[in-house]
This record gives sequence, C-alpha cells and structure tokens, in this order.
Amino acid sequence: MKLITAILKPFKLDDVKSALQSAGITGMTVSEASGFGRQGGHTEVYRGAEYTVDLIPKIRLEVLVDDSDCESVIDVIVKAASTGSIGDGKVWSTPVDQVVRVRTGERGVDAI
Amino acid sequence: MDQVVLNSGDTAWMLASTALVLLMTPGLAFFYGGMVRTKSVLNMMMMSMITIGIVSVLWVLYGFQLAFGSSAQSQWYGSISFSGLGGMVNDLTNNGGIYPIPVLIFAAFQLMFAIITPALISGAIADRTKFSAWAVFVTVWVSVVYFPVAHWVFAFGNKVGDTITGAGFLARKGLEDFAGGTAVHINAGAAGLALALILGKRVGWRKESMRPHSLPLVLLGSGLLWFGWFGFNAGSALAANGIAGLAFMNTQVATAGALVGWIMVEKIRDGHPTSLGAASGAVAGLVAITPACAFVAPWAAVVIGIIAGALCAMAVGLKYKLGFDDSLDVVGVHLVGGLWGCISIGVFGTHVVNSVGLDGLLYGGGMTLLGKQIFGALFVLVYSFIATLIIGLIIDKTMGFRITRDAELEGIDLNEHAESAYEMAGSSRGGSSI
Repeated sequence: MKLITAILKPFKLDDVKSALQSAGITGMTVSEASGFGRQGGHTEVYRGAEYTVDLIPKIRLEVLVDDSDCESVIDVIVKAASTGSIGDGKVWSTPVDQVVRVRTGERGVDAI
Repeated sequence: MDQVVLNSGDTAWMLASTALVLLMTPGLAFFYGGMVRTKSVLNMMMMSMITIGIVSVLWVLYGFQLAFGSSAQSQWYGSISFSGLGGMVNDLTNNGGIYPIPVLIFAAFQLMFAIITPALISGAIADRTKFSAWAVFVTVWVSVVYFPVAHWVFAFGNKVGDTITGAGFLARKGLEDFAGGTAVHINAGAAGLALALILGKRVGWRKESMRPHSLPLVLLGSGLLWFGWFGFNAGSALAANGIAGLAFMNTQVATAGALVGWIMVEKIRDGHPTSLGAASGAVAGLVAITPACAFVAPWAAVVIGIIAGALCAMAVGLKYKLGFDDSLDVVGVHLVGGLWGCISIGVFGTHVVNSVGLDGLLYGGGMTLLGKQIFGALFVLVYSFIATLIIGLIIDKTMGFRITRDAELEGIDLNEHAESAYEMAGSSRGGSSI
C-alpha cells in the first residue's frame, strides 16, 4: 500500500478532487498547509513598511492506494493540479505498513 | 439684555453630537485593534474602553470643574473643586457667552473629548503595556495634562454682563482651534511619542512580522470614527447653525481628500494603493480638519485634506529612520496631522466663512494668525511631551510600565486579561469548565 501526498495550490483543490473521484478514488484527507519551494514568498506593504511573507498557503491532500494504482493516481493528480506556472506544488508517495478501518477492524487493502 | 432661553433645536443636535463623539472611542478600539496581532487585539481595545470608564468618573468628581470652571479666574486651570454637577441642572452653557443649551449637555459633550484623547495615545504603546500601569497613567495624565490643556484651549470664560472671567491661556491668545487640533491631537501625539520612548520597542520589532491581523476591523473602525467625527467637529459649534454646517461639510471633504492623498502616495511609492492606507488617510484628514473645520472654505478643506493624507503617509516612515516603536503611528498621524491642521488655519483661514475668524496668509492677513497658530501648537506639544515624560518615567520606575518579555511573546491578551480574541482553530477548541 502507498500513501500519496500532494501539495497543491488552494484553488486547484476542487479540480483535483473531482478528477480523483472520476478515477474511482473514494476517500481522501485534506488539510490546510503553508510552505515554500522555488516559488518563494511574496511582499506585503503596510503603511510603507515591507514584510516578506515566505510561507504561502497551500493544500495538503492525502490518499491511501493499493500499490498497483499508485502511478496512475499520481498521474491523475499531477494532470489536474497543473497550471504550468511556478508554485504548482509536489506529489510524492511513501510505503505504508498497515491500514485499519476503525469501524470494522478490516486490515490491509480491504481497509482502503 | 435679552434673557437667553433654551433652544430645543440646538439642544437636540448637541445631544446627538455627544453620543456621536462617544462612539468614536469604541471606533478607535476597532481601528487600533485590527492593526495589532491576534494575541494582543483585546488588550488594544481594552486600553480604549478603560478610558471611557476612568475619565467619565473623574469628570464628575473634578474633571469638568478643572477644565471649564472659572472660580479660580486662572488662565491655566478652571476650578479645583468637586464637580458633582448636580447643582447646575437648570443652567445654560456659559463659555465666553451664553449658549441656549443646558450646561450638563455641554459637560457631557466635552467629556467625550476627554475620553478619546488618552485613548488615542494607546496606539503608540501597543502589545506591551501593563494594563494596571495604563489605568494609572490615564488617571494622572488627564488630570495633569488633558484637563488643564482643555482649559487653555476650549475655556472661553464665564461671561457676566460684559466681563469674562477664567478664560484659558491659548483662547485669550487668539489661537483658532475649533474642535481640538491642539488639545486633542497634538496633545495625544506628543504624549504618544514620549511613551513610545519610555517603553521602548516591542520584542522582535523590525525583525519579525507584525502585520495587522484584521484589516476589515481597521476599516470598520475608521468608518465609525468618520461617522462620530461629525459630532466632534460640527457639534463643536454648540449649535445647529451655519457654522455647524460648514464644519460638517469641511469634515467630509477634507477626509475624502486625505483618503485619496494617502493612497496616491502609496501608489507612487509602493506600487499598490492599500486598504490600510485608505483607512489611515481618512483618519489623517479628520485629524487635520479638526482645528480648521469652522475657519476655512470647503475648497480649502479639500486642499488641507489632500496635503494631510500625503504628509502623514510619508511621516509614518519616520519612526523607522529615527528608531522608535510608535506602534500604530500616533505621531505620524495625530501629531503630524494635528500640527498641519493647526498651521493650515494660518494660511487658509478667512473671516468670509466665519465672522469671528481672522484672515490667514492667503487672504491678506499676513503672519499674525499663522504666528498665533504656530505658538499654540508648539506650546501644547512641548507641555504634553515633557509632562508625559515625567509621568511615564515615574510610573516606569515605581510600578513598571511594561509587561515581562515572556508575557509579551506569549501574548498580552492571555497574560493581562486571561482571554483570547478568537476561538477558531480546531485543536484548541473546547476544554472544560473548572
């Protein structure tokens, strides 16, 4: 099993979510995050005083998938999240040892 | 001489004006509160709210008599006596002449000015002031600085027949300050500078982000201030008449001009006109037109406003050059705006719009009025600065004026008031009662 984590531009969340649903993904976890990469931050000016804001608001989206689905789901996310401009985010996957569905106690792929 | 009888139109307008001026102080609390960080918004607003409590009580005890009494026949202070205010319920206002409004309404109207002036100072020392020390400061400061200065500027004396007794020093000198450019704004601005110097900079000033936490609150506050300021300026006519109308119109157009002036400077200098700039510009315009609103023509009010907005937009940068943490720009807006407004009367003042006003530089009045204005402005500035330094230093050396470094870093709301302004983040929700 794999955990796919995607960092997205906030306004692309809806696109990515519907693309994943169309691809048959039935669950995901979304949280608000902030950070920076090559895009860097931006500058805000208050009464003439400049502030550099280096942590930019982002969305962190997490999906658990079976190993065989991993590459295709990553492709779906990348395609839906892309605007072509800097700051589109990143997608990565990590191996997962165990998954348990709390209600039923199902384990492994059955719990996804 | 005809007996003056109560005029219900004037009285109604002054009741409304008085309530309008009160609203400015909660408005100021929003204006300032939005500009600080989430961890200090409640303390910022409480510094304004407590002035309503303290100054109102002092006003009834001795404040009104100290500012507007005439029995001492002094140009420096009114009377040192218990005000009480119960013995004058049926009296009309006598301030250099009889006004057909009850004196208690005049006393309430002037009280609102005494409330907002110390509240204005609080912006200079945001995020770091021990609340008990602030309460003591407000009590001493209004007693030693505001009440006497209000006497110098606003007390035109008790008129009986043709004799006037107990008029204030600057009123006698012919200073033209209609609604408090000196007594309120220069006074608060100079005091703010003194306190910012005594308390020192906030921890992390110029290193970490101290962005305003809620610009909508700032805009709400500036809107309430603007609305209430019509009472402040037009109410200072003490009548529902043509002078009130002039002051009303000038208040509107000078404020509008300053709003535009400030964001034009931002557009040229920084590239973007900001909402904080619009709110700040409006307040700068309100400050500048305060002394001038009944002495200049509306076209001149627009010019005074535009210059005030541009001037204050540039002046707020001074603190970074000079290295003092006047956190919310009390100096840049109230001191600079107040000075400009006061001096502008010496340029644009004309007897055409107000028969008791003198002509300024542009109307062939020469330097006479300008000289009076500069003298009055500097006199109040120097007195307020020195007196505030002394009061502030005594408080700082005895009870301490500043909270601890740890309390400041953790947040003054939690440490001074045991409250937090916002309960929205998921993991900090809930808890249980003890």
